[in-house]
Amino acid sequence: MVKQLTVISGKGGTGKTTITSSFAALAENVVIADCDVDAADMHLVLHPDTFETNDFYGLKVASINKNMCVGCGNCATSCRFEAIGRYNVIDVYKCEGCAVCEYVCPVNAISMVEKKSGEYYCSHTRFGPLVHAKLGIGEEASGKLVSDVRRRASELASEAGSDMILIDGPPGTGCAVIAAITGTDLVLAVTEPTVSGIHDLERVIGVAQHFRIPVVVCINKYDINVELSHTISAYCKNNGICVVGMLPYNRIPVDAMVEGKSVMEYKENVFSSMIRSMWFEVSGRLLK
Amino acid sequence: MKIAIASGKGGTGKTTVAVNLALALGNAQLLDCDVEEPNCNLFLGFDLKKQEDVIITVPEVDSHKCSLCGKCAEFCQYNAIAKLPRSIMLFPKLCHGCGGCVLVCPENAITEKKRSIGIIEKGTNEYFNTELLQGTLNIGEPMASPVIRQLQAHIDESTVAIIDSPPGTACPVITSVAEMDYCVLVTEPTPFGLNDLILAVDVVRQLGVQFGVVINRHGIGDGKVEEYCRAEKIPILMKIPDDREIAVLYSKGIPFVEQMPLWKENFRELYRYICKFISYQGGF
Ligand code: SF4
Ligand code: SF4
Repeated sequence: MVKQLTVISGKGGTGKTTITSSFAALAENVVIADCDVDAADMHLVLHPDTFETNDFYGLKVASINKNMCVGCGNCATSCRFEAIGRYNVIDVYKCEGCAVCEYVCPVNAISMVEKKSGEYYCSHTRFGPLVHAKLGIGEEASGKLVSDVRRRASELASEAGSDMILIDGPPGTGCAVIAAITGTDLVLAVTEPTVSGIHDLERVIGVAQHFRIPVVVCINKYDINVELSHTISAYCKNNGICVVGMLPYNRIPVDAMVEGKSVMEYKENVFSSMIRSMWFEVSGRLLK
Repeated sequence: MKIAIASGKGGTGKTTVAVNLALALGNAQLLDCDVEEPNCNLFLGFDLKKQEDVIITVPEVDSHKCSLCGKCAEFCQYNAIAKLPRSIMLFPKLCHGCGGCVLVCPENAITEKKRSIGIIEKGTNEYFNTELLQGTLNIGEPMASPVIRQLQAHIDESTVAIIDSPPGTACPVITSVAEMDYCVLVTEPTPFGLNDLILAVDVVRQLGVQFGVVINRHGIGDGKVEEYCRAEKIPILMKIPDDREIAVLYSKGIPFVEQMPLWKENFRELYRYICKFISYQGGF
């Protein structure tokens, strides 16, 4: 059975990608899925060689045939998203693709058209295959794109006989996050010891528990506020959640990033050994 | 005046800029549109009072009237309705509330009921002289946009509204930035920061909103963000240094303009610049 690990964080910028890319360097037979489709950045470290590009179609949008339209306005009054304005022009940013307007139009002037709303790719990287994506600007359906990325990653994993899929999840607790964690075996939540960090962590853990997925926690930059780090550890302990790693505030991740490397490949540093032991802890739990 | 604070990604200091700017100005409205994780109040600690629920309508099927024709399930674009052999199954979280199923049902078996997906809260504070409006999406709910739309309905056009946008470039961001007078993009001077900034610039340009950049944690990383801004003729409005004092104040939830008065002045200057910029229609 292929095991799946998703790395998430309440907010972006907590060091999620630093950790995921390091895990990718440490893992042996892994497929990597960058599910942060809204602002993917794993490619900055992994330098992928893309061998496959797929179009992604999200929801359809309504389109009005001006020549057939008799201007009755039924569509505009029926649209609950105020997507049809004066002169029956459709605002594609507001249209949710529900097809109600198509249904109510008496002269069949409206049709629902496919709209390409992103792409996803399969690539070679020095750490193994990577599936990643780019969502078009202002597109919704990011949960659906995340599911597509994960599906393709699973296919690649079974073709290659990999034993693990490493998923870099999106930040937050929205639909993309839900799509990135459902059905995975373990969630690693990365947090920081700040008042907002602890608050976000509670929400993220809430989501994971809502979907009954086991969670472990990593506290990044623990030393900018040692007291809060203790509070977070205590919170985790009280909720039966294991803190698998504490990483210091340090410029190494940024320096490695500037060179386009994972922390594991960057010259000898304090970080790499800490991440290595975290990896043993996490992969041990997964593969046991 | 409506100013959105946005960034390609979270964690770049968006909330920091939004909160400090609002406090430096005073007499402003601060709207926390990051409804998945509203964080502004962690820095303000206002006493928030619930204003209203954010309601969307979801269908309810009367099984006595339903003939199991399946038209509703077929029509629903969001897979929120499934036809099983002996019943109709609803998935309220997937429902966008379009009302299409009610229209198509030949037996009039579907009615709509209201469901709350989040709340809007408001707080004011005399000392800070600021009004905070916050929307919170309930955990496990996927749709942020209705909460953001309802929150923005509270904007008071007669004062300054600072909008803390959600991260990313997807629908919720568009909802929060589209109708603003100006957008401040917050970024970090790193390759990741640049990558996300380019995406964010793409968004605001497509929306036709005037914008400038604030570089947070200036001093780390490399000079590529500044090079990019110069090449693209994007104004750099402010640089906030990578300063341990600021990081520590942040971790404790203290807005740094409160402890570092010079920054209050810097943020006011930033605002004056934006006003001038807008009155010249971006023409300098
Ligand atoms: S498809 Fe739905 S959301 Fe789009 S314009 Fe028609 S009624 Fe409005
Ligand atoms: S359209 Fe009406 S009658 Fe047909 S399956 Fe749906 S609820 Fe039942």
